[in-house]
Amino acid sequence: MSDSDYSDILRRDPRGERIARNRLHPLHSTVAMQVGEMRGPSGLLRKNPHSVGFIGPNGIKRIDRLKGNAVAMSGRRNAQSSQEVLLPLHQVREPAFTIVVVPDMVGGRLTAHDKDILGQAHQLARSMENDSTGLGAVMAVVFGSSKEDSFDKAGVDRLLLLDGSEYEGYCPEQQVTALEQVEARIKPQYWLFPDSVHGGTDLGSRLAARLGERPATQAWQVNTETTICRGASGSIDITRDTPRLLMLAQECANPIDETRHEALPVEWAPVQSVLPELHDLGQVAVDPNAIPLAEAEFILAAGNGITNWDQFHATAKALGATEGASRVAVDDGNMPRFRQVGASGTWVTARVYLAVGISGAIQHMQGIGQCDKVVTINTDAGCDMVKRADLSTIGDAEKVLDELVNLVATHRQQASHNHSAEKEGAKDAA
Amino acid sequence: MLLDANTSMDLKIVSLISVGKHPTSGRARRAEQDGRAVELGLSVAEAGRGKQNLTVLHAGDSQQSALRSYAGMGLESVRVIQLRESADAVSPLTEYLRKHAPDIILTGVRAESGESSGMVPYLLAEKLGWPVVPRIANIVSIKEGVAEVLQALPRGQRRALTVRLPFIASVDNAAAEPRQSAFGPASRALIEQQQASSDADAVRSEWSELPARKRPKRLKVVKAKTAADRFKAATAKPQGSGGKVLKDEPVTEQAQAIFDLLLEEGVLR
Repeated sequence: MSDSDYSDILRRDPRGERIARNRLHPLHSTVAMQVGEMRGPSGLLRKNPHSVGFIGPNGIKRIDRLKGNAVAMSGRRNAQSSQEVLLPLHQVREPAFTIVVVPDMVGGRLTAHDKDILGQAHQLARSMENDSTGLGAVMAVVFGSSKEDSFDKAGVDRLLLLDGSEYEGYCPEQQVTALEQVEARIKPQYWLFPDSVHGGTDLGSRLAARLGERPATQAWQVNTETTICRGASGSIDITRDTPRLLMLAQECANPIDETRHEALPVEWAPVQSVLPELHDLGQVAVDPNAIPLAEAEFILAAGNGITNWDQFHATAKALGATEGASRVAVDDGNMPRFRQVGASGTWVTARVYLAVGISGAIQHMQGIGQCDKVVTINTDAGCDMVKRADLSTIGDAEKVLDELVNLVATHRQQASHNHSAEKEGAKDAA
Repeated sequence: MLLDANTSMDLKIVSLISVGKHPTSGRARRAEQDGRAVELGLSVAEAGRGKQNLTVLHAGDSQQSALRSYAGMGLESVRVIQLRESADAVSPLTEYLRKHAPDIILTGVRAESGESSGMVPYLLAEKLGWPVVPRIANIVSIKEGVAEVLQALPRGQRRALTVRLPFIASVDNAAAEPRQSAFGPASRALIEQQQASSDADAVRSEWSELPARKRPKRLKVVKAKTAADRFKAATAKPQGSGGKVLKDEPVTEQAQAIFDLLLEEGVLR
C-alpha cells in the first residue's frame, strides 16, 4: 500500500474531538485552532454553527462578516500601513530578446514619464512573447549617479548603470557612444526614449541619426505593428509602422504596479571615452524670482507664521529659491497675488517645496500636489502640512531660517574656497 | 554679443526656416522657433560685419507666401531650394551646406507642420560631422573659433556650453522673440530660387495622417478588494508616507536636517 492510500482513509481522533467540545479543557485552544474543517463519518463537510465567530471582550459572541478586515482596521492601523505587500516577482533567466529603455532620471530618480515608458516596454514585451516563445527582458540604461531605489517596482529586469566620472554633467556624445555599444552587443528589439525636454529627445535623436533609424517621435499609442504619433506640433495623428527607435509622449502606457522585477545589474566593459566637442561649463545662475512659479524647481513659501518678512526675503535670496506664499500671506498684503500657491493661485510642480509657517489648508495642499519633497517649518506638530511633509521641524521659524542661512553661507564659502584652491593648484601644475 | 576681430570678419551663418502653421486657424505663418533662429542669426551677424553674413535658407516651395514674413524681418533675400512637397529635404540641404561651408547653422527645435520630428539638425550634423547643440537660448560670445552658448533647460534654468565652430544649433522658445515683420521690406525682398533634385520620401508615403484625436484621460483605478478599502480610497485625504518630524531637537540640528535634504536634492547652487 502506498502513502496516498493511507491518507485517503478518514481517521477520527476521539480525544481531540472531546477536547474540542470542552471549552474549559486546558488544551482546548490549540485543538480548536487546528480543526479548520470538520468531516463527518461519511466524509461530508460539517459546519459547527457554535464555532462561528468569537467571544468579544465583553463576553458577547461576535460574528465577523468582514473576513478579518475590520479587526485590522480598528486596532492596529499603523502596523498595517507600515507593512508592504510583496508583489509577485517577474523573473527572466535567459532573455530571448531585450527592449532597452533610457530613462531621463531627473534629479537621479525615475520620473512619472520614465515609469510610463517602462510600462510601455513591458506591454511590447508581452505582445512579442505571445507571438514567439521566449521571455523578453526590459533593460534600463542609466547614466550618472542614481538615487532611485525602486527600479524593481518600476519594471526594470536588467539595469545597466554607467556612473563613471565621464558621465557627469552634460555629455551626450559620451552617452551616444555607450548606447552604440549597447546596440552592437545586445541588439535590442526596441529602443525607447521619453520624448521630453529633460534630455530624452536629444539623446534619442542623436542615437537615431547615428544608427540611421527613422524614429517615431511624440508616439502615444504603440503596439508591435502600428504606432500613432503626434505630428505638425500636435495637430495631426500619424499612423505608421512601429520603428525600432521610439520617443514616447507622456502617459503612453500605464506604469508597472502589479509585479516586482529583478533589476539585475549588467556587467559592462568600460566604454572608451570620446573627446567631447561640447564642453559643459555648468548651470548659470538665473534670478529665481524671474522663473514662473508654476515651473520653479525650488520654492520657499511663506504663510501666516512668518513675522519677519525681511528675513524671509533674505533667506529666499540666500537659498536661491523662488518665493511662494499661502493665501493668508497674500491677503494680508505681505506678498503679491501672483505668488499665491494653491487652488486660486498657482499649482506648482517644484521638486523641493520648503513651507514656512503654513498649516496646510486643503486648497494649499491641492496646489502642491505635484511636489516631490515637501519640507516644513511649523509650530503646530498636528497640522496637515506636517502630515504631508517628508521632513518637518517643529519650532520657531525665525531661528531655524537664521541657522539655515548661516549653514548655506558657510557651505558657499567652503565651495568657493575649494574652487579657488583648485584653480591655484592647476596654475601651479602649469 | 562679444566677437573677436578675426571671427567677425568672415563668420558665415545660415538660418534654416520652415513654413509654420497657426495652432488655431491652421494658416501658414512664420514659425515661432524658426523666427527666433533668424533673429538670433541676425543679432550675431549684426554684432559682426553686418547682415550680409546671414543666409536664410528654406527647402521647399518658393511660392509659399509665409516665406515673405521672414524676409520682412529686414532681410534682403531668402534663398530657397525648390523641392516638391513629398521630397526629402535633408540631402539637398547637406549638399548646399557642404558647398557653402557656414560656421553656424541655426534651426528651430521642431517644425510646425509635417512630421515635426525635430531630426533635421541631428541628421545634418551626422552627415556633416559637426557637433549639434540642442535648444539654445543665446550665443554669448565667439572667440578664437570657440562659441559660448546658453542652453535652455526646463524650469527656466540655463546651462553654459562651449563649442568649436562650425556647429549646428536648434533654437529654443526661450531665445529672444523675433522682431516684427514689416510688409514693405517683405514684398521687396528677393526670393533666390535654386533647383535641386531629391528622392521622394518613400517611407512617409505609407503613413496615414488624420487630425489629432483627443487623447483619453488616464483614469484613477482603485484596486481595492473590499468595500472598506474602496471607501477609504474615496474619502481619505492623500497623505505622504509619514515623513520625519523633528520636534524637540535643538534649532541647529533642525536647520542641519533641512540643509542636508536641500543639498541631497541638489537645489542649492
